[in-house]
Amino acid sequence: MDGGKVMRIIRIEKDDWVTGLGRLSDSVRLCGPVKTGDFHHFKQLPKGVVPDLEYRNTRLSPKSLVYPQSEAMLEYTLDTRQPDHHIHKEIAKDFSPQALLGIRPCDAKAFLLVRRNFDTPQYKDTYWIRRYETTTFVGLACDRPCTTCFCTTAGSGPHGEEGCDVLLVRQEDGFLAKVLTPKGEALMETAKWQTEAESGAPATLESLKKDAEGKIVSHVQTEKLRQKETLELYEAPFWQDVAFSCINCGTCTYLCPTCWCFDIQDEVYGLQGMRMRNWDSCMYPLFTLHGSGHNPRPEKMQRVRQRFMHKLKYYVDRYENGIQCVGCGRCIQHCPVNIDIRKVCDLMNGFEPGACAT
Amino acid sequence: MIEYTAKIREIAERILRDGTVDAVLGFRRGSIPMMNEPCLVKDPAQVQTLVWDSNCGINLANYLIGRKDKIGVVAKGCDSRNIVTHIIENQITREQVYVIGVPCTGMIDKRKVSGSTGGEITEVLEEGTRVKIKGADFETTVDKADVLQDNCAICVHPNPVLHDERVAEPVPVPQDKDRYEDVRKVEALDPQAKWEYFEDLISGCIRCYACRNACPLCYCPTCFVDESKPQWVGKSIDPVDTRTFHLLRAYHCAGRCTDCGACERACPVGIKVRQFTKKLEKDCRELYNWEAGLTLDVRPPLDVYRPEDPGDFIK
Repeated sequence: MDGGKVMRIIRIEKDDWVTGLGRLSDSVRLCGPVKTGDFHHFKQLPKGVVPDLEYRNTRLSPKSLVYPQSEAMLEYTLDTRQPDHHIHKEIAKDFSPQALLGIRPCDAKAFLLVRRNFDTPQYKDTYWIRRYETTTFVGLACDRPCTTCFCTTAGSGPHGEEGCDVLLVRQEDGFLAKVLTPKGEALMETAKWQTEAESGAPATLESLKKDAEGKIVSHVQTEKLRQKETLELYEAPFWQDVAFSCINCGTCTYLCPTCWCFDIQDEVYGLQGMRMRNWDSCMYPLFTLHGSGHNPRPEKMQRVRQRFMHKLKYYVDRYENGIQCVGCGRCIQHCPVNIDIRKVCDLMNGFEPGACAT
Repeated sequence: MIEYTAKIREIAERILRDGTVDAVLGFRRGSIPMMNEPCLVKDPAQVQTLVWDSNCGINLANYLIGRKDKIGVVAKGCDSRNIVTHIIENQITREQVYVIGVPCTGMIDKRKVSGSTGGEITEVLEEGTRVKIKGADFETTVDKADVLQDNCAICVHPNPVLHDERVAEPVPVPQDKDRYEDVRKVEALDPQAKWEYFEDLISGCIRCYACRNACPLCYCPTCFVDESKPQWVGKSIDPVDTRTFHLLRAYHCAGRCTDCGACERACPVGIKVRQFTKKLEKDCRELYNWEAGLTLDVRPPLDVYRPEDPGDFIK
């Protein structure tokens, strides 16, 4: 625990949950799952709106609340009559505190993976870091994981705590809340959720955790990925078959909680300009197109291979902390042509060069 | 469907063995319910991976672009119309493709099936015109007609228009389908309401381009949205750019779209993209009595000038 703080377990009754959210909303922007149309989105909640925690998971991951799909960064004018012409100026943004209520443990863990890219000793992505630091992650343990969830073999779990400041576990009449960090403590205090749970709570939580983990039916094998020779994997014969059906849409990357790539664009209107960044996708040919016109990844097989090699090999080697995937299963559920990362992971992990590949 | 699968395998094995084709393009069983994966079979010993059922909604004509080999392709009605369109547009030659025609009974819309139950679906079984849906703690049976893709529910060309072999006798062609009820509703709206209708329609778009990439018509070497010199469209999720993308994409499909539904099927956020293309399809039908991909013998109306073309717009 941070600072040697003893983890507390708090009981939140149903009515207290709603009252507490009301208190929080005075000082914190509350975000949570909201059903729009056929599925749930993680969105900022209008005052008085309670997050729908009956959801399974959101269609898109909640990454956009820390890392928006389109983010304006700088603005400038080329109008020489203006005193500040040709100077890039920061665009004012709202970095006020926010809380993500009911985020799934896999998605919370994903922020830690993304952080390895955006917050390094060498490079600091100020926008991402500021939003991450002002965000409190209130996790919601899964009690009904999907058959496409493979979090337990992807470094997370239905009751995973990593990346959460608080972890809520559903009870008949409310929640048991594990308070995991000082940030979580602060949120609990503001909400006045302070009822210490009964002494049997840790055992209850442990048994619910075991139950939930038992409901995970999908698993991936990852233990041999590190020892594989990168070039041998890169040249493995299965990539053509894996990539054949891919239509190179960006669905997998845009829905993924751990995909972090972006593209920087200037949009200019007359003499006024704005520099922004937008999510980008390694599935697109444009992603790697050089200014010269050369494209090092012109074929879709190369792009599909890149996505899986990045998540399951390059990242594994670079950070020595597991795969760049938390097992949320979104890409499996929503790939229009059924490319399944579980199958690819097992192919990679089980690959023996020289052995018959098919 | 079991008979279709057996026949597809039989044909595929034969044409691979006798050298009629170098490869067969079909579907293999997917890893989750209601999903099959397009695949390419080159080895006659591998034809057992080929399957057919009502989860083969991806339009396989999309995988023919740029192929140099001789290829067998499993094609339902709409796929065959897109193959015709490909041939007309010189994307592939007639001699290159061996069409294994599948008389189609419609494709299941997995979102409709998922929406019809509360829990996660673990298995979906077809039993004739009924579909059995199973989950961890429920089991229900629905009429396939109630869970068809929207485009399949109003399809009037279920049989392949072009084939070298057919896996079964043609299925009955529905005679009294009203294909444009929804388009007429939108046409009747006043301009403001129409605007709002389409704004709302695309409000969830994440610009992933799954609709474009699933479409067999979208084969430009560089799509206009990907051009950077000059850049025609912004890349953010600004509504102006999103709107531009959808309108231009649709207009690019005018007189070419076969309403195969691949775009809607692929959209990860469930946008009814066909609302754009269907209006253009209706216009082409009314103005030129044209339906795309039915014949190799007539140039599409937007390719050619004919004296009898409607000229009402010239005043």
